[in-house]
Amino acid sequence: METAIIIGNLTKKFGDVVAVDDFSLTIDPGAFLTLLGPSGCGKTTLLRCIAGLEDPDGGQIYIGDRLVFSHARGISLSPGHRDLGLVFQNYALWPHMTVYKNMTFALEVQKLSKAEMDKRVKDSLAEVQMEGYEDRYPREMSGGQQQRIALARMLAYRPKVFLMDEPLSNLDARLRMDMRGELKHLHHIAKATTVYVTHDQVEALTMSSAIAVMKEGVLQQLGTPDEVYHYPANLFVADFIGNPKVNLLDGIAKAGNRVEIGRFAISTNTDNASGPVVVAIRPEDITISTVPVPDALECIAYSVLPSGADTTIVAKVGRVEITVTEPGTSKVAIDDQLWLQFDSDGINLYSKDSGNLIPNQ
Amino acid sequence: MTGWTDSSKTDLPAPATLPADGMAAMAAPPVVPMPPALRFVASARRFFRWLTRTEVILSLIMLFLMFYMIIIPLYRMVMTTVTWQPRDVLSVPSAEVGGLTLYHYVRMLTGALSRIYMFTPLQHSMVIATGATFLSLLIGGSLAWLVIRTDMPGRKLVNQLALIPYIMPSWTLAQAWLVFFKNRLSGGTPGVFEYLVGKSPPNWLAYGPVPIMICSALHYYTFFFLFVSAALMSIDSNLEEAGELAGATRRRILRKITFPLVLPAILSGVIMTFSKVMGTFGGPNILGTPVRYYVVATMIRGSIGVGDKADAFVLAIVLILFSLIIINLNQKLVGTRKSYETIGGRGFVAQVSKLGNLKRVFLVCVIIFQILVIVVPLGLLVWSSLMLQDGNYSLSNLSLQHWIGPRGTIYNHGEPGVLLNPKIWRTAWNSIRLALSTAFFTAIFGIFIGYAVVKGRGTRLSKLVEQLAFIPYVIPGIAFGAVYIAMFVKPLGPIPALYGTFMLLVVVSVADKIPYSSRSGVSAMMQVGRELEEAAQISGASVLRRFRAIIFPLTSAGFVSGFLLTFITVMRELSLIILLVTPDTQVLASQTMFYIENGDGQMANIVILILISIVAVGNLIISRFRGGSLKKGLGM
Repeated sequence: METAIIIGNLTKKFGDVVAVDDFSLTIDPGAFLTLLGPSGCGKTTLLRCIAGLEDPDGGQIYIGDRLVFSHARGISLSPGHRDLGLVFQNYALWPHMTVYKNMTFALEVQKLSKAEMDKRVKDSLAEVQMEGYEDRYPREMSGGQQQRIALARMLAYRPKVFLMDEPLSNLDARLRMDMRGELKHLHHIAKATTVYVTHDQVEALTMSSAIAVMKEGVLQQLGTPDEVYHYPANLFVADFIGNPKVNLLDGIAKAGNRVEIGRFAISTNTDNASGPVVVAIRPEDITISTVPVPDALECIAYSVLPSGADTTIVAKVGRVEITVTEPGTSKVAIDDQLWLQFDSDGINLYSKDSGNLIPNQ
Repeated sequence: MTGWTDSSKTDLPAPATLPADGMAAMAAPPVVPMPPALRFVASARRFFRWLTRTEVILSLIMLFLMFYMIIIPLYRMVMTTVTWQPRDVLSVPSAEVGGLTLYHYVRMLTGALSRIYMFTPLQHSMVIATGATFLSLLIGGSLAWLVIRTDMPGRKLVNQLALIPYIMPSWTLAQAWLVFFKNRLSGGTPGVFEYLVGKSPPNWLAYGPVPIMICSALHYYTFFFLFVSAALMSIDSNLEEAGELAGATRRRILRKITFPLVLPAILSGVIMTFSKVMGTFGGPNILGTPVRYYVVATMIRGSIGVGDKADAFVLAIVLILFSLIIINLNQKLVGTRKSYETIGGRGFVAQVSKLGNLKRVFLVCVIIFQILVIVVPLGLLVWSSLMLQDGNYSLSNLSLQHWIGPRGTIYNHGEPGVLLNPKIWRTAWNSIRLALSTAFFTAIFGIFIGYAVVKGRGTRLSKLVEQLAFIPYVIPGIAFGAVYIAMFVKPLGPIPALYGTFMLLVVVSVADKIPYSSRSGVSAMMQVGRELEEAAQISGASVLRRFRAIIFPLTSAGFVSGFLLTFITVMRELSLIILLVTPDTQVLASQTMFYIENGDGQMANIVILILISIVAVGNLIISRFRGGSLKKGLGM
């Protein structure tokens, strides 16, 4: 029942622009995989290649045990034969059809009986909590409702694979939060392998079982949200994931797990680093003290940004800015003198040359 | 545990290293190097897949059709001008029929005849086109400004009425002008002017450039009105307010901000009007020919009439070159193809000028203008058609003879009244049939080209389709007609000689409308967007089903508007088909011209009135369907 997707050496060019570059990725059966990256990184193109809406210029795609695309063999199954559903960013509900018609369009193609269609529509609408909307036209519904109908339309024909192209980006922040929960629950019920495209890292972190971070058509890292967040494979991923952003500081690795950042030295868990490195530490892995403590970096509070649940403090040492978050409302005020302690478990070291993570043995 | 970065360029996708939560990596089947035969099969499959893509198939079909309808005729026309024609043997005994020669060009451009055949008509055409364009701009621009940007009362009504001259044939006004201003030069009967004033109007007022210019302008101002009003509507009033805040005077804002923003619209009106007037036949034939004031269009007809096809084609080519030059100039001035594309009416709240006390004055002027261009000409045509003897203005002379009189009288060469004349009924039916079938095929072409261009956006094929579809835009109507004579008098491969057939009229009319239909097709497809079709594609719907269930329904509003516009323009099209009609395929528009040339002006007037009524009724019927409107059809 559950279907794996295997992408091998996939390449897609638009003229001279390489949108997807020799891309390989295996998506496990039943996974909720998020393709994450800034706009223009090729994530939507990759999704469209999986759907069969783009014709790649190289590589192959398996959906389950079916070879749906192979450049070498000249095979490409049409989108309708790939047994997948796609939720578009702008929902793509047919404006001239009622909800019922929208949902049964694919079922009519499959030549299901009227009774079966009615049942599917009813069940799917129930799953997205939109019972009784069968006769509405898309324009008679709010954006959030249209979104649910777009989901229900996909659920109704029960594809083995769900593809979603930034489905929440047109919703307001509040609704987006609600829908995240709904989507995750739907995935749990349907157990269909899901490929989800987004540029929103919070969305990716909260919903996925695995995240594939992309940049310029190339896979940067594949991992669980936890891995991607805590052990970014390179500086791009480290910088892209996390809000507020990770602190990146130039340092020199010395013997004994010590890294010197200017005159300040910290201890890390990485024992095989040497020479110039970039130290990455998340704002929440730094603790603030308003009284002097040993082995702490002394600095001045440059700005304090409370947001209710936590407070972001931007501290400065010379020209270097360090961002710190504290739970709750902080007592720190601008221009206060602060002492920052770096939690060695939260520190990652990156090679200054390659920008890749120095693995922690 | 660290993350994993893909750096392998092997055939095997590297397995994902995920924690042990039940997700296991699957190994991809290895790719075995393929023998050449299989590689050939693979590339054949890829090619076949490309070839069977809907947009590629449609592109190829449309390219083939356009090649047949546009490129081959143009090629044939050029070939005719550079080869010896059978009749040249009469004047040049050494001529070898079919051999290459520049004889026709030399003759038309340098010979003793060049002044009569080429340069004087060209000069006349230029004078008329320039004058008419300028006048249209003045009228259309001011009307647009009054309607969109002032607080003049009755603007909505004016907005509606301003388009009426567009649905009347362009030579209606010329014919009405003649009824009013004609002097004893033609036919010997006095016009209304002479009846009222007691003096025969001078030749310059009755015939020649002045009336031709005025009559053309009163028809073609509608382009400027549409373009400029759309442009004025789309200007963000913030831009002007910003100018105002910066302390600029109203006049300065108008000159420095508003005018440059409207300029592209004005320039596109200029090309359109200029090239239309250059290629227009009706007005100059009615008002110019009686005083031997020939323009290129009437000259082309004359040359074809006496059998000098090659000469006519040289003239047509000159006309096409002129259009090309003007469009290029315009593109230089405005940049890219901005002027060709419609300026989208985004519907900003326009800043309205207060006219104060002048409000009413302006309104009265506009009303008088509307009466002069709509009511008076139609009234004159009706009056003239009711006179038993032309030019006798007494009440006792009123009669329905020309409408429903019996056959065999001394009037109209013994022909019965128009409404009793089966020939006219047949002609009317031809007109309607031509307009409907052209409108239908044009709409289909529009959607297909729109689909091919939008879906294939960015590919060379898509660009080629778009460029080819643009070509008829630069070919003035009469020249297009001439092009078609060149092509279809002889059979071409499997295609029979179409000359004299009704099909030919349909083909040329559809070809002539391709630029407009493709433009509206492209914008309709852009509005539909690709996702709606893709959603259906993923649902497994076939191409036919997607067109039937998604694309046709969603483009139908544009379809209806385009249908209406084509119907109207084809009904009153004269320049395009005047060279191609035969007694069997006569349509109302050409019938009026033959009546006029035969001295049966009153019959002609009745036919014009019938033509206008059909257009008006058609307009009413079609605009009831799904919000179709003339304005929408024009892409506004």
